[in-house]
Amino acid sequence: MLQIRPIVTALRRHKAGTILIALQIALTLAIICNAFSIIQQRLAHLSQPSGIDEANIIVVQNEWAKPMSTQQVNAQVDTDLEALRHIAGVRDAAISNAYPLRGNGWDDRIMLKPDQLKPTTSTALFFSDERLLDTLGVHLIAGRNFLPGEIKAMDVRDELSPPSAIVTQALAMHLFPNGSALGKSIYFGDAHPVTIVGIVETLQPHSVDRWASGFASQTTILPCRLLSDWGNYYLIRTEPGQIDAVAAKVRQTLFAQDAIRVISDKDGIQEFPQIRKEAYERDRGMAVLMGIVCVVLLSITAAGIVGLTSFWVGQRRKQIGVRRALGARRSDILSYFLTENLLISGGGALVGIVFAMGLNLWLVTRFEMQRLSLAYVLIGVVMLLLLGQGSVLAPAMRASKVPPVEATRSI
Amino acid sequence: MFGYYVQLGVRSLKRNPWLTALMVMAIGFGVAASMITYSVFRAISGNPIPEKSERLRVPQLDNWGPEHARALGEPAEALTYTDAIALWKAHQARMQTIFYEVTLSVIPEHGGSSVPFNMSGYAATGDFFRMFDVPFLYGSGWNQSDDEGHADVAVIGRDLNERLFKGANSVGREINLRGHSYRIVGVTDHWDPKPRYFDLFSMFTVNGIGDASQIYVPFSKAIDLKLDTGGRNSCGGASSLNAGWDGWLRGECVWISMWVQLDTPAEVERYRQYLRNYAEQMQQSGRFQWAPNVRLRNVTEWLDYEKVVPPESRISLVVALGFFGICLINTIGLLLAKFMRRAPEIGVRRALGASRREVYLQFLIEASTVGLAGGLLGVLLTTIGMFGVGLIFEPQIAKLAHLDVSLVVLTIVVAVLATVLAAFYPTWKAAQVQPAWQLKSN
Repeated sequence: MLQIRPIVTALRRHKAGTILIALQIALTLAIICNAFSIIQQRLAHLSQPSGIDEANIIVVQNEWAKPMSTQQVNAQVDTDLEALRHIAGVRDAAISNAYPLRGNGWDDRIMLKPDQLKPTTSTALFFSDERLLDTLGVHLIAGRNFLPGEIKAMDVRDELSPPSAIVTQALAMHLFPNGSALGKSIYFGDAHPVTIVGIVETLQPHSVDRWASGFASQTTILPCRLLSDWGNYYLIRTEPGQIDAVAAKVRQTLFAQDAIRVISDKDGIQEFPQIRKEAYERDRGMAVLMGIVCVVLLSITAAGIVGLTSFWVGQRRKQIGVRRALGARRSDILSYFLTENLLISGGGALVGIVFAMGLNLWLVTRFEMQRLSLAYVLIGVVMLLLLGQGSVLAPAMRASKVPPVEATRSI
Repeated sequence: MFGYYVQLGVRSLKRNPWLTALMVMAIGFGVAASMITYSVFRAISGNPIPEKSERLRVPQLDNWGPEHARALGEPAEALTYTDAIALWKAHQARMQTIFYEVTLSVIPEHGGSSVPFNMSGYAATGDFFRMFDVPFLYGSGWNQSDDEGHADVAVIGRDLNERLFKGANSVGREINLRGHSYRIVGVTDHWDPKPRYFDLFSMFTVNGIGDASQIYVPFSKAIDLKLDTGGRNSCGGASSLNAGWDGWLRGECVWISMWVQLDTPAEVERYRQYLRNYAEQMQQSGRFQWAPNVRLRNVTEWLDYEKVVPPESRISLVVALGFFGICLINTIGLLLAKFMRRAPEIGVRRALGASRREVYLQFLIEASTVGLAGGLLGVLLTTIGMFGVGLIFEPQIAKLAHLDVSLVVLTIVVAVLATVLAAFYPTWKAAQVQPAWQLKSN
């Protein structure tokens, strides 16, 4: 530590090199802190639980090929579901207009009073019947499931007038922070009250994208079969390990009931693990990209430090020899270069913190990203200081091996 | 002299292979990262209809009011049935079309083994084809009298024509869509603008990129047949759903896209004024309780407003450019080290009569050989990286990114230019070397 003054004096003679290394460290720090932050946010986002028994769920997109009345569709749905439930390995099946991570669906405003102008919040609406909870494997934590008698058949363009609803815990907490939501009424923009009869632990809405953040985790299940002559989804829950076997039989089973329907070859029958993978493709991709950037960036910065320090060592061989001849130990030479690098990296890191905050501010204002947590900045600083010390070690070792006799050469 | 300098440069690079490899790798990685992200960005932010992007415009009007706007102060992104029909009937633009997305089941004629399948497309009015420059293989679109006469006509896409008629001219043949028979009047060639700028409202697929549409039927016929929208229906919140199909048509939910073609600024202004007048009428009639709030965006403004370029693409481009910057700073440092190590050699050359200019030239040429090598490595890494794009972006976007000649040229040019730029400071330092001092100290 006593060496700081001579080091600073020496660095003044290598302004350009010093500034270049410091700048490189500063920029690297700015990028990796924000990359860490992005990776963490994306991983947190993609590991959110959907609340359903993902490993055993099949989604069938069943479309009708001819116009039918709501009654005809309802009868066909009953037949279809009965047939699906009879496939060996099927635990239960239900009809729905949507499912978690589907991508799009019906979301609506929710009010606490019939004449309220501004909505209290928004919610995703899943239209199904009393079999949905068991089919998805969603946990009911309070209240009751729908009763078979409560279920109505509803056309897409009919008025929304369900008698009751089951909501997620997150939505219940949002609507009624100071007490139980059970038995309370909610409104979907008109005077028709809808009573909350049950609360489920978790059921992710149809989208987890940014546009859907207004109703994140807030899902409402309504006791209506939303029937359109366009089509609907059949959700199937299989016994553990049976998913592939059941998926292979679905098409044949449904076409045996009625052949005037469309089940796409491409995505007509999907297993939920695949749906999850596709829904979070962007998040995973971004995390991977940022990971690659961090690794390559750190390697390049380290290589740059090795290169420039080696050059300095080569330039100063004579001076090192003189110091050694005057009694400096090898450890003194080693610590000289380590301290020198620590000073440069430290300076670079300080500037880098400012850069990191600046870049983060831009990301926050431009892309509505989260603020950079100080922990990532600290981790980044420590990483870069260690990286600097690590990369300077080899050239510094070489410097410490310069023999004192070097001082006598070529002068 | 040039050839000699190139030779000198190559020899000098061979002298410290590690340092050289380091520089080449830094430039190669930096330029490759930038080029890969740029190719994705270029693919999704391009102008899909450059020759008309100023003339095609989207009329928007605020039917929900400030209380219920989805975006602050902005009108809805599409029109209600009421407004779409009123604006279309007024015919205030040179060309105009209203349309919505439909998914229809195609029922093959001779039952047999072939099962029905679904195809997506649009229920549109006749100007659609001419406004968006849809290319035709056979026949053409329908005209306004077909629109007004609710004709049973259809235009199908090339892929569907392949599938149903093995690519033969099917104009005049019949096609059964969802149980209703239409006469084919045209077959489009492959047409799939990316992004699908005209239908950003209802595109559920990623950023306006999906499978090419294959079916077009007259808007009026689709409404007669009560074909529901296969795209988005947004009710904003002004009023709850009205019961039934007719209630929905009369209601305030928006689901119809409209485009007009206006060729001169004067026409644009006149149309904007017309929109304001229309909104004012609605205000006077009591339907709108607020002042007129209209928009008339052109294609580029519309793409921008609808945020077609995903934030991931912008962020990764910025990060990649920052990465490239760091690689260049790295290169400056290494070049500096490399050039200064040769101070004695420079001293000798200067003493033997070389001018500063010649020293400049020699070292810049040496740097550009590094840049060239870096660029070639960059091309290689970009090629490899293109396979990895699928890991980072959705398949729909990833397949748009591709390596073409212009990208290869760009990669090399950027690498060489950036390296020469990075070499300016080290070269300047090298040219400052005092010959006398160098000669003395050795």
